[in-house]
Order: sequence, then C-alpha cells, then structure tokens
Amino acid sequence: MTTREKASIMDKDDIARAIRRIAHEIIERNKGAKDLVVVGIRSRGAPLAKRIANVMGEIEGTEIPVGVLDITLYRDDLQLVATQPIVGRTDLPVPIADRIVILVDDVLYTGRTVRAAMDELMDFGRPRAIQLAVLIDRGHRELPIRADYVGKNVPTSAKEIISVRVIEVDGEDSVKVEEMVS
Amino acid sequence: MKFERTDLLGLEDLTPEEINFILETSESFVEISERPIKKVPVLRGLTVVNLFFEPSTRTRTSFELAEKRLSADTVNISASTSSAVKGETLKDTARNIEAMSIDMLVVRHSAPGAARFLADVLSCPVINAGDGSHEHPTQALLDLFTVKKKRGSIEGLKVAIVGDILHSRVARSNIWGFTKLGARVIVCGPPTLIPPEAESLGVEISYDLVRTIRDVDIIMMLRIQTERLKECFFPSIREYAELYGLDSEKLKSAKSNVIIMHPGPLNRGVEITPDVADGPYSVILEQVKYGLAVRMAVLYLLSGGEFKGENSDQKWSDS
Amino acid sequence: MKILIKNGRIVDPSQNLDSHGDVLIEDERIARIGSIDDREATLVDAKGLVVCPGLIDMHTHLREPGREDEETIATGARAAIAGGFTSIACMANTEPPIEGEGGTRFVLTKARQARAAKVYPVAAVTKGLKGEALAEIGSAIKAGAVAISDDGLPIRNSSLMRRALEYVSIFGKPVLAHCEDLALSGNGVMHEGEVSTVLGMRGIPAEAEAIAIARDIMLAVLTRSRLHVCHLSTSQGVELLHEAKRKGAAVTCEVTPHHLVLTDESVRTFDTAMKVNPPLRSQTHVAALRRALKQGIIDAIASDHAPHALEEKDQEFALAPFGMIGLETTLGVVCTHIYHEGIISLRSMVELLSTNPARILGLNTGTLKEGSPADVTIFDPRLEWVVEPSQFQSRSRNCPFSGWKLKGKVVTVIVDGRIVFREGEIIGGS
Repeated sequence: MTTREKASIMDKDDIARAIRRIAHEIIERNKGAKDLVVVGIRSRGAPLAKRIANVMGEIEGTEIPVGVLDITLYRDDLQLVATQPIVGRTDLPVPIADRIVILVDDVLYTGRTVRAAMDELMDFGRPRAIQLAVLIDRGHRELPIRADYVGKNVPTSAKEIISVRVIEVDGEDSVKVEEMVS
Repeated sequence: MKFERTDLLGLEDLTPEEINFILETSESFVEISERPIKKVPVLRGLTVVNLFFEPSTRTRTSFELAEKRLSADTVNISASTSSAVKGETLKDTARNIEAMSIDMLVVRHSAPGAARFLADVLSCPVINAGDGSHEHPTQALLDLFTVKKKRGSIEGLKVAIVGDILHSRVARSNIWGFTKLGARVIVCGPPTLIPPEAESLGVEISYDLVRTIRDVDIIMMLRIQTERLKECFFPSIREYAELYGLDSEKLKSAKSNVIIMHPGPLNRGVEITPDVADGPYSVILEQVKYGLAVRMAVLYLLSGGEFKGENSDQKWSDS
Repeated sequence: MKILIKNGRIVDPSQNLDSHGDVLIEDERIARIGSIDDREATLVDAKGLVVCPGLIDMHTHLREPGREDEETIATGARAAIAGGFTSIACMANTEPPIEGEGGTRFVLTKARQARAAKVYPVAAVTKGLKGEALAEIGSAIKAGAVAISDDGLPIRNSSLMRRALEYVSIFGKPVLAHCEDLALSGNGVMHEGEVSTVLGMRGIPAEAEAIAIARDIMLAVLTRSRLHVCHLSTSQGVELLHEAKRKGAAVTCEVTPHHLVLTDESVRTFDTAMKVNPPLRSQTHVAALRRALKQGIIDAIASDHAPHALEEKDQEFALAPFGMIGLETTLGVVCTHIYHEGIISLRSMVELLSTNPARILGLNTGTLKEGSPADVTIFDPRLEWVVEPSQFQSRSRNCPFSGWKLKGKVVTVIVDGRIVFREGEIIGGS
C-alpha cells in the first residue's frame, strides 16, 4: 500500500497548543490532578501522554504519574493476521485501582483500540473512571465510544489515513491527511 | 522483523535474528505474571494440547501456565493416559487429537525427530517440548533469556555445559543458541558422555571440570541420569560426582561473577551440591520464572491465524 | 522356439566380449553369437542397447513365508524382472526361516510357480537363525540352496562361525556374512558421526562392521573356507578386504547401490526411508567404497532389497525397521551414479551385476557362452526415467530414491529363452 499526502492539518505549534488545552480541560473537569494517572497507548499515544502529564504537572505544581499500555494482546483481530504483531511492554507506574485514568491515543477511529485498552486496564484493577483524550478524532466509529478530550476533529473518508508524527518516535511533530493510492 | 515460522522444532535451523526476536518478545511477557490478574486474552478461544509421552513436571507445568495466562484452553495428555500403551501410532494419536479442532500442539517424546514428524503430519503449529536427545528449544531460549537478563548480552561470553552431553537435548539446543548469538561453548564431561565428533557442533571439548570453570562466564550443569550407570558410561555416582559434580570447592577457581544454571530437575549431591544450587551464583529459579515468559512469547508468536482481510483499525495497520 | 537379438552391443565379461552383433537363442539355451540371420526366430531389436548375461541380485529379502503383506516370492521375482534381474538370491530370515530341505524346497516351488526371475534360496546357517547350533546345511544345499547366511543377524559366537565355515566347505559354498559387532552397534539407529550427534540419535560406529569383518576374514583363512561379506559399508572394511585379497584369502564382498550414492546427511530430515542396516555412512566411507569399486576390490553389487510395510516405516525414526527396497532401482542407480560418472566401465558393471555373483554362488548362468541357459538382460544405458515407487512390482514402497531422475533402464528380459519383460511390461507369469 502506498499513500499520497493530501493535506497538512497540524504543525508543531498546533499540536503543542492542543496538548496544552487538553491538559487544562482535564484539570478543569477533574477539579485538579489528584488521583489522576495518565496512560498512553503504544506507540504514539505514549509520548503524547507524557506531554499532557508534563503540562498538567506544570499547572498543578506536582508530578503526574504516566504509564504506557501495549494493547496488542487485547486486540480482537489476532486470529485474522498472518504474522503476529510485535508486543511491547505495558508499564503502569502506580496501581490504578480507585484512580482516574486518562487514556491517551493519537487518533480515534473505529474505537477498537480504545476497547482493547479499557479491557486491559480493567485487568490491572478497578479505576474510579476512565477518560479518553485523543489528538485527532476522525470519525467512523465501529463501537459506542467517544472521546472526552479532543485536539481536533477531522472529518475523513475511509480511504484516507491520518498520519500523526511525534518527535519522540518520528523526529518531527505533524498531523497530515494521506490518501491510499493502491 | 516478522516471525513467520509455524512450528518451533529446534534452534538449529533458527537464525540469530529469529532467536533474538523471540527473546525480545519474551521481555514483554515477563510483566504479565506480575499483574494482579495474571492473564491476557490473546489466545482466548484457542485450544492447546500438551502431549507428553515422557514424564515431565517442570516443562509441562510451565507450558500449561503459559497457555492459561494467555487465556488458551489447555488439555494435558500424558503417556500413561494416552493411547500409546494400546499400540496406537504417534501419527494416529496426533491426528485424532487434531480432529478435535485443536489449535496448537506441544509435544514431548523420547524419539528424536518426533516433533518434526508431527509437524509434517498436522496442520496446526507444533512446539517441541523435547524430542529424545535431539532438541529442547524452549529450554535453551529461556536459558538465553536468563543470561541476557543477567549480562545484557550473549555475545562474547564463554559458556561451559557440563555433564551428559551425549544424551542431552538441552545441551544441543543450548549449543545452537549460544553459538548463534556469539558465545563460545565448551562441553565438559567424561569422554563416554561426549558425543562423537562433537567439535562439529562448533564447541570446544574438555574432560577437566576444574580447569574448564576457571575462565567461563556461565556454568550450565546437566542432570545425570542414574540409568546411564547400567550402560557403563561411568563406574559409580560417587565417582561421577567427584569428577564432574559442581561443589563449592571446585567453584573457588571460577570467576567472581560466574552464573550457574541447571535445567532441572536437580540431583542434589550428584552433579551439583545443595550449597551451590542454592548459592549466590545460582540462577536456577530465575530460569524457571523466565521460562514462563519465554513460553508465552513462543505460544503467542506461533498462534498467528490465516490472514483473512484488512486490519480493522488505523492503529493496527501500522503497528 | 527361437529368439534372435539383433544389432546389440554384446557385453559378456565371461568370454571377454564387448562387440556389436546378434545373439541367437534356441531351446532355452544360448545357441550362437555373431552376425546371424534366422527367419524363423522371433526378432528382438537391440539397436543402441546393451545385451548382457542376465543380471543377478545376490542379496534380497522376499519376506515369504511370514510377511506376505510386504513381499512374496512371486512379487519379488516380478520386481526382479522389472529391474532387469533374471536371477536373485533370497535370504533366509523369513518367519519361519528358510532352513534345511523343507524351507529350500518351499522357495524353489514358489519361484517356479511365479514364472518370473529365477529365485535361489540362501539357507540359514544356524537353527532358527538363533546363532546357537548349526542348521541342516547339507540338506538345504542338496535341495538347491546356493549359499548359507543368517543375514540380518551376525553370528556372534566365533566358534560357531568357525564351524559353519568349516562345514559348508564340504559343499563348496560360501557363507554370506552380515558383519556387525552387535554390542558395539548397541541401540544405534544410524551411522555414528557428526549427523548422529546433531540429531541426538544413537550411532552405529563403522568399527562395528570392521571388527566383525576382521574376525570373519581370520576365520575364513583359518578354515580355508569361502567367505562373502555382505553389504560392505565402511572404509575400514574396504581396507580389510583389500588386504585379505592381496594375501590370497578366499573372500569376496558386495556393496549396495544405496551405500554408494547416499550418505548419512539423508537422515537429517528423519526420513525413515533412509533407515537401513548397515546405516548410510558419511561421505568419507562412500568415497572409499566408490574408490574400492574402481580398484576392483568389490566383487558384486547387490540391492539388499528389504521390503517393509508402509505403516512400519511411517513412524518415529527410532522405531521404524531397518531396510530399503532396491530391485527396481539398482540398475538405474548404478548406471547413473557409477557408470555414467566414470567410476566403472560397462564391462565392470556387468561383472558386478552378473558374472561375479554367478561365480560366487556357483550358478550356471551369468554368461552368454554357447549352451548356457538363455538368461539375457537388454538395457538402454541412456534411457532417462523418474523413480515412481507407486509403479513398482514390489509390494512395498520403502524406496530411498523416490522421485530421482535416473539414466539407464532395462528394456527386455529373457529367462531360459522366454521373453518375460518387454517394453516396460511383464509378460506372462502369475
């Protein structure tokens, strides 16, 4: 499959502003950062979670615990793929029981990733609440899931792909719409 | 890389990249056994059969726990309860089991090549849990993993494998594994228990344990089976222990950071004395612990289904 | 009835003959060789083909009585014809063994009824092949046994082996010896060496054969009797035989096609078709055997045709029985991998497959001399074919050469003046 770039949606500064806003919204909604733990979904949700937690920490003057979740083992399509995807480590810094988990991912699409992530979180304990923060919501949900915090809503067609790049993984910060050409 | 094997029969035909990939994947599975709920749903709905024609507690339990922690349904068939005693052939036994829609088979058998024989006959993935004196790949993988955890890397290490090399599948798989990852392997034991033309495996040979352990990083002691006594491979257990048993006296000449391994079950006082087995250099229990993670990784990697369509999520197509 | 074989290349080492010409057969006998025209005779066109004395496989196992599901004397005799052999000798290790007069007569009767290749019984050396007491060797030989052998099992007791050699010399027959030190081969299932070490399988060292050959040569010299060493497989064995022959001992030996072309590397896939005793050896031994063939140290090539039921071979390597079939591949394999590779001449090939076996067993065949029985094999050394065991006449399929492309195949076989095989078809018989 090859793709062609169609449009640039966010640049470095746009992403920084969105993260700052999401951090503020999280604190506003939860009336502070008490009992919060921010958990990013591998791979690009993880650096985004760290950034959000950092901003939250600056605002609140405290360190916010950040974890990373690898949802591979909870995917619902593993029997359908020919070779198994690479499994990363899940690393939660604190027990999540009775905490509010802010789940972070780069793109919200079918909702299956978030479903898998929630299932996995539940196996670690019973959080008081799970809230979802995404940088991009591109629609086309296949499960009844919606985000609590959204960086940007981007209406797309199924043929399009949202390409999120982050400095920690890709060496740059950008969000682009690409189109499959074959 | 992609792991594209459908069976794990031995380490001889795996590439160093494939071995490293399994070890890296194993790393991600260690933590699962530390969770409050030690279970992930990855093999949910899959049935794994552990077909053991030889008695085994450790390996079978390890496989079974690994399967259960991946949510597979498991069935254990051991030689005493199987049709083997009724004269049914291995092929028929395996085919009958497969006919019940199983998804994976873990097999231990006394005949070299038995796992490969079944892999040729069956369409489901087959994992070799020991075939005679041939190979025991998951044991070697867990040994490699343990050493990697302790030392960071295998490359450049010097490994002594001590004891009954002739009859040991653990030795063979470890020889392939360690040499492929860049370690030097010395096999040490009485000449009667060193296989002919052992040099062709890419190892050095020594008959002198004390001299051998002086400059090695890892000492792997093998279980000596008392049945070998009957075939005159050595004159007595006492004399074997004196020459090739690892005790604290012999260990004095070893490096200060030496690692002592044993695949179990231990013959305390024969190939290894209790104080050494339980001492500070021993990683025997870590081997057992990591064995679980390594077997989970192997089960996971071999469980891939047939590709039936497009991945359903944007993330999953790029992961 | 007359048969005229026209325009063939006639190769008959027994009369030092290698020339183009015709062979006339009359009344079951070779009548004349030369440039012949005969309008009454049935014509067999042999242009571009080799015409030689009927090939003789001096080492086969036909499983009857006892395991008729694997082979019978009749199916074995037909397999022989299809492989270009006019005569075969069958070993005594059936259930019960071919022993004494009764067993010998049984084989001869069955063979006559089959009306295919001639089958010569080899009778047991010891009662029940138990290696404890001599069988009735004299009665067996008088009834038609051509040699004695406990093949499949060596005679462990040196004193008994000595007696057998001494006793059989009354009748001028050899002992065909399966040379193996059983204690040394132990529970081995393949050649002991690098491959057995890698596979973790018990090995049979080359010395297990060589030690037994050394003993039997010494006993043959001691008793001034005739010893024939079966299925030689090791370089040490070659040296021992070379030395014994140099000193003038009455020893002969045979080698199988599989030991000449296959090595223990074939066992790496645990393919039970490759399980045989003596085991497929390493390259060094194979090279030594080929060299020995070239130097004339080897007297005969024999298939050691050992049929086994599918279900017996279709199991774990360690449990599968030893043995492979070879009647229908021997000529092709030897032609392709020995003759065409320049190891031996066409003349030597005929010697190894006909002249010498006839001499060792004392048969009146293996020659195209005038007046001898009209046993003739006509083959095309250039005909290419692919080994397809499902097409075999043999009842068994445990062939190690399945799928091999070979060059050299039988075209016509004549036994006692009767055409029994022509254009790929067996004619008549039961």
